[in-house]
Amino acid sequence: MIEVKNLCKTFGKNEVLKNIDYKIEKGEKIVVVGPSGSGKSTFLRCLNMLEKPTSGEIWFEGIQVNGKKTKIDLVRQRMGMVFQQFNLFNNKNIIDNITLAPVTLKLMTKEQAEEKAMSLLKRIGLEDKAKAYPSQLSGGQKQRIAIIRALAMNPTVMLFDEPTSALDPEMVGEVLQLMKELANDGMTMVVVTHEMGFAREVGTKILFMDEGCIMEEAPPQEFFDNPKHPRLQDFLSKVL
Amino acid sequence: MNGFYCLTGFFNSISEYFGDVWDSFYEGFYKTFLKDDRWKFFLEGIENTLIIAIGATLMGILIGIVISVVKVLHAKTGKLIILNWIFEIYTTVIRGTPVVLQLIIAYNIIFINIENAVLVGIITFGINSGAYVSEIIRAGIMAVDVGQTEAGRSLGLSQFQTMRLIVLPQAIKNVLPALGNEFIALLKETSVIGYLGVNDLTRAGQRVLSLTYDFYFPYISIAIVYLLMVMGLSKLFKMLEKRFAQSDRG
Repeated sequence: MIEVKNLCKTFGKNEVLKNIDYKIEKGEKIVVVGPSGSGKSTFLRCLNMLEKPTSGEIWFEGIQVNGKKTKIDLVRQRMGMVFQQFNLFNNKNIIDNITLAPVTLKLMTKEQAEEKAMSLLKRIGLEDKAKAYPSQLSGGQKQRIAIIRALAMNPTVMLFDEPTSALDPEMVGEVLQLMKELANDGMTMVVVTHEMGFAREVGTKILFMDEGCIMEEAPPQEFFDNPKHPRLQDFLSKVL
Repeated sequence: MNGFYCLTGFFNSISEYFGDVWDSFYEGFYKTFLKDDRWKFFLEGIENTLIIAIGATLMGILIGIVISVVKVLHAKTGKLIILNWIFEIYTTVIRGTPVVLQLIIAYNIIFINIENAVLVGIITFGINSGAYVSEIIRAGIMAVDVGQTEAGRSLGLSQFQTMRLIVLPQAIKNVLPALGNEFIALLKETSVIGYLGVNDLTRAGQRVLSLTYDFYFPYISIAIVYLLMVMGLSKLFKMLEKRFAQSDRG
């Protein structure tokens, strides 16, 4: 579904990603962990071209995402993204946040989009917040709305960039719960996170990134119980 | 007894004095406003000042938005090179020369075919204001968190759609006080349009002065009218700020 070939990314002289090769199949839940500055967020952001790869290729559903003639906006419609800082549109209320993209891009009529938005809001129990503004919500509420805003576009893959890192501890659970439900529904997911519990429970594969490389890749059981790379052993000893 | 006469004499002279003041006040008022329907000069002046100020403000906003968006997109993507270059020159020239000169040049050289000096005034002040407004809005755009743009783009919205629907409304909201300032300055700046022979508010005062040789009434009155217009404008911007602050209520 997503194939990354020889992906390199440099910021000035700083090599952030070094020749990454990876293939993600439909329905997989890839969890990316690693120390900060290891390039995991940059890797994720390269997948939908929020960062432009310096070299290499990224393929998504048969289209080269970083191809010269690729209409990136069309690709992004099918790749949902959730940010660490939520990034709800501050000037729009919740229902408009959710319906803005599908209506503007003429994928749905306003009525269809609102109906869909309301059913998604109902699913997360926030239908009474439809007319509220982002500034009136808690971090956990904002992030769950950011997730369903991405879902409203009917994406085939969801990218999560440290979705719980900016949350108060007691709000992490509600966001992870929603992500678990999403995983159970069969969504293909790529999640950059520090939540090892979530990684173990939901991930089909865990990637350990350090210094711009994927140092280790394994199913959760093996990843946590039998880490091979010394860097990973060191990392796990610190975070677990 | 003597004292009594003194006192009545005192009061008499006071009432005489105030009577004189009143008479001269009325006379001044009469020859400034009432005689030969001179108030019509002032009314026409207010009308022209408002037409020019409002027209130029709208034009300034439009130009300012276009220029600021082009400059920001150029800085971000490196595209729109020629347009950006043209706008850089425009901002430099407009901000680097006095508006009176711009008016005279516009009326006598550039728009020589346009007879209507009010229209030339609107265009010139609009172009002038656009240069300042563009810098104000550009600052506002830069102050909007980049995450807002990333969120818009990640949903498949184009750069332009993201700018128009998400970034620009937030940018303008952020800089409303600065924009208010700019338009207050613009309103008062229109007082130099008299150079083109337009009967604006200030010129109306000058015309009446040349008939009455009385400074007091024409100038104090138009000062009060400017003040009232500026107060109205400030009020309008306060209301706008409140409306835009809707999304801030926590």
